[in-house]
Amino acid sequence: MMNSGTMDSQHIVIVGNGMVGYKFCEKLIAKEDADSFKITIFGEEPRPAYDRVQLSSYFTYAEEEDLQMAPLEWYEENGIELHTGELVVELDRENKTVTSQKGRTVSYDKLVLATGSSAFVPPINGIEKRGVFVYRTIEDLDAITEYAQVASKAAVIGGGLLGLEAAKAAMDLGLETSVIEFAPRLMPKQLDDIGAQALQTALEELDLEILLNKNTTLIGGNGTPEYLDFEDGDCLDADMVIISAGIRPRDELAKKANLEVGERGGIVVNDRMETNDPDIYAIGESALHRGMIYGLVAPGYEMADVLVENLMGGDKEFTEFDMSTKLKLVGVDVASFGDPFGETEENSKKVIIDNKAKGVYKRINVSEDGERLLGGMLVGDADDYNMLLQIAQNGFSLPPDPVDLIIGDRDEESGVGQKVYDFPDDSIICSCESVTKGDICSVIEDEGKEDIDSIKQCTKAGTGCSGCVPMLDDLLTQSMEARGKEVRKVICEHFDYTRQELFDIIKVKEIHTYDELLDEVGEGNGCEKCKPVVASLLASAFNEHVLEERDTIQDTNDRFLANIQRGGTYSVIPRVPGGEITPDKLIRIGEIAKKYGLYTKVTGGQRINMMGARVDQLPDIWEELIESGFESGHAYGKALRTVKSCVGSVWCRYGLHESVSFAIEIEERYRGLRAPHKLKGGVSGCVRECAEAQSKDFGIIATEEGWNLFVCGNGGTNPQHAKLLATDLDEETLIKYLDRFLMFYIKTAEHLNRTSTWLNKMEGGLEYLKKVVVEDSLGIGEQLEQEMQQLINVYSCEWKEVVNNPELRKRFKHFVNSDDGDPNVKFKDYRKQPVPAAAGWEEDEE
Amino acid sequence: METQQEVSKWFKAARVEDFPKNGGACVKYKDQQIAVFNFTRRGEWFACQNMCPHKKEMALARGMIGETDGEPKVACPFHKRAFSLCSGENINGDEEPVTTYPVKVENGYVYVGLS
Repeated sequence: MMNSGTMDSQHIVIVGNGMVGYKFCEKLIAKEDADSFKITIFGEEPRPAYDRVQLSSYFTYAEEEDLQMAPLEWYEENGIELHTGELVVELDRENKTVTSQKGRTVSYDKLVLATGSSAFVPPINGIEKRGVFVYRTIEDLDAITEYAQVASKAAVIGGGLLGLEAAKAAMDLGLETSVIEFAPRLMPKQLDDIGAQALQTALEELDLEILLNKNTTLIGGNGTPEYLDFEDGDCLDADMVIISAGIRPRDELAKKANLEVGERGGIVVNDRMETNDPDIYAIGESALHRGMIYGLVAPGYEMADVLVENLMGGDKEFTEFDMSTKLKLVGVDVASFGDPFGETEENSKKVIIDNKAKGVYKRINVSEDGERLLGGMLVGDADDYNMLLQIAQNGFSLPPDPVDLIIGDRDEESGVGQKVYDFPDDSIICSCESVTKGDICSVIEDEGKEDIDSIKQCTKAGTGCSGCVPMLDDLLTQSMEARGKEVRKVICEHFDYTRQELFDIIKVKEIHTYDELLDEVGEGNGCEKCKPVVASLLASAFNEHVLEERDTIQDTNDRFLANIQRGGTYSVIPRVPGGEITPDKLIRIGEIAKKYGLYTKVTGGQRINMMGARVDQLPDIWEELIESGFESGHAYGKALRTVKSCVGSVWCRYGLHESVSFAIEIEERYRGLRAPHKLKGGVSGCVRECAEAQSKDFGIIATEEGWNLFVCGNGGTNPQHAKLLATDLDEETLIKYLDRFLMFYIKTAEHLNRTSTWLNKMEGGLEYLKKVVVEDSLGIGEQLEQEMQQLINVYSCEWKEVVNNPELRKRFKHFVNSDDGDPNVKFKDYRKQPVPAAAGWEEDEE
Repeated sequence: METQQEVSKWFKAARVEDFPKNGGACVKYKDQQIAVFNFTRRGEWFACQNMCPHKKEMALARGMIGETDGEPKVACPFHKRAFSLCSGENINGDEEPVTTYPVKVENGYVYVGLS
């Protein structure tokens, strides 16, 4: 909507282009009769409003634009006059004008003060030194980043939310970092003593030093910081200091114009966000509401909403606001919600789980009668946050034993059973944007939006801190289920089928090529989403060569049977079953790597990676490897990678069984097996678990009686321990179960879901999986075993076939019309090995 | 779609059968690398620069081709940035567009049109 403003339109002037000032504009122009207003907004910072909440990510991504709330054009398109880099210094209430430091005077009909806050800087001796920073704006971050290059040890004054954020930023910049807190515990406003201790332990494990009960009296040094003195006589070396000791509302403009301000700062407003001047309002962190400054973004947005409604002639009030918050601090989940300390009701009871072994602390406060949840705090594991917040805010009844709410074992049927779909329609799902369950359901059910992106777009839910996205996902699934609609995760626009359905079609119709499948059951001409899915399915169904008639539907790693690396070269990893290798074979790897100028590194899966091969060198390298008795390691495929083993009972004085032999047997059994994602295994000869089998998709650990089988573990982004599927098995039974387990996974998982994700999504969880695999409750055990046996029977080394097939071999070259290699591939020397010289990527350090 | 400029030279790149079906290969022309795609299913040929603008890798010829709403595209094998094979625009992001070239097939040979 163009907002040019007519002659008789009201002029709304906003002072402050922060998140709340921006949000006010966004909400105002969304109103139907918004064109009766002309909008002007002043911002002191040189850039339009940005997402201060995500400021720490600026260090990670360093892209200013990514943080912008809206680009400059947005203001223009919506007829909003934006003046950045202009601090408003004068407010003339009599003539209803404001004047900026550049001398620009603008008259207003309604004035909105969204001036925000500044960092509170305590009066410490030496605070003026160069190398002392606050943590507030992009400029602050830029200055910190620059100074960090000459600093080595940072001290962060303040152990609250922002202080810990700042500490993370300092650690990310490679500085040794200490946090100094005045109070006897971290995050004193959100956590109790035990919770704060749990957080502290976790942070100390990450090498963050925490100093409590410390009152800084001096920042010493010659021009720049060198050390800090504390009241108790202690001293700390630090050559950079970041102050994060709280915020102060920016009320100087209001004060100068004689608007009512609080004793300790803040522009006094009523429930309608009105100041004592009927034409002036204040919202966000500069507003003092019922004696309270709200230092979070969600209440600021709510204030913006209240004010917009009231300006449009409505009657909305801002009352108390929930200060619940969840965040990840230096990799540790922390959340507090509702009444974290149980102070709002007499005789409230606390329920606590304090699991020091796992670094998890959970506390909830329930009413005296045990009927209602008042609030609580979570440290180390905040997965239950959204659910608990909803239960507290909506006054849902609690299970007979409230501890069930925080036990958090999703495998067992805990009987809690609160489904987000059963929440009342007015329960808030996204607290950043105040989106209710009803809003979301109406978009799903009335407008037919059945994917998360559309729901986000239509409702704005999940676009703030994104903490509610898992709930959106649950809500979507549950809403579909409730209406008897199948929740189908179809592949893409070309195949209106799930992966599992396509697998069945391929098997039943015996379809062996992508084109045939597309012609039979698909639409159009395919894309990069469905091609690799079908490639994987064809491989899992028939185990035929991945390049015969299907090279161009493979992801690039599968197309060239090697992993593409920076600069466009590939890495070569031959199979080393169980990690056992003869000296002669080791020598051959060394000789081949030398001959082709390759970089070598030992992998985590007990094999050797040879990196830096040009595409045209791959067949020659493999020819030599195969002559030396190696075969493909499938490191490039969504396939079985390695089965890691310890040294086993042959050597180890503790070993119970021969883990190496068993690992080799298993690795050779499943080599080349293609699956929805990569597969890794491990075999340990005793409970000391040197093969780390419990972090694998399948892990086998020797017992006195036989072997225990663990499944569905993984490392990576979300590490998860494998779960015990069956105990004390003989080798034959174990392989039978493993056949069933792997084939069941291959047939039913979504594309690119590891076994852990697959199990997490499985209805009935581990208990169900046990029934299918161990008890054969579906009666498909034998079929699964047969299908696996067929795949095993037709295995052959795919590199051997390429090496011996001139037609396939021809495709391994960079140019179709020249035998030259890619001239852009260049190497440099790095610790006596060749690595890619920076080509197109960001410049490497010299 | 007529986005190409006038062709001043048709460069004879390689034989038709040298290019994989429904896939691409890289053509060397002087110091240039041009990705040429044989979109068999559509019965069409396309060409664009081999360098992906995202990380400046010489890789588009090794990318998978396909369609979005009927628009032919290639996806870079490195990070799946997809570019229209007609306009060269980045379909799923904000990368710079790639240069596209006309292609013709005569007497079993593939020619790339250069301006």
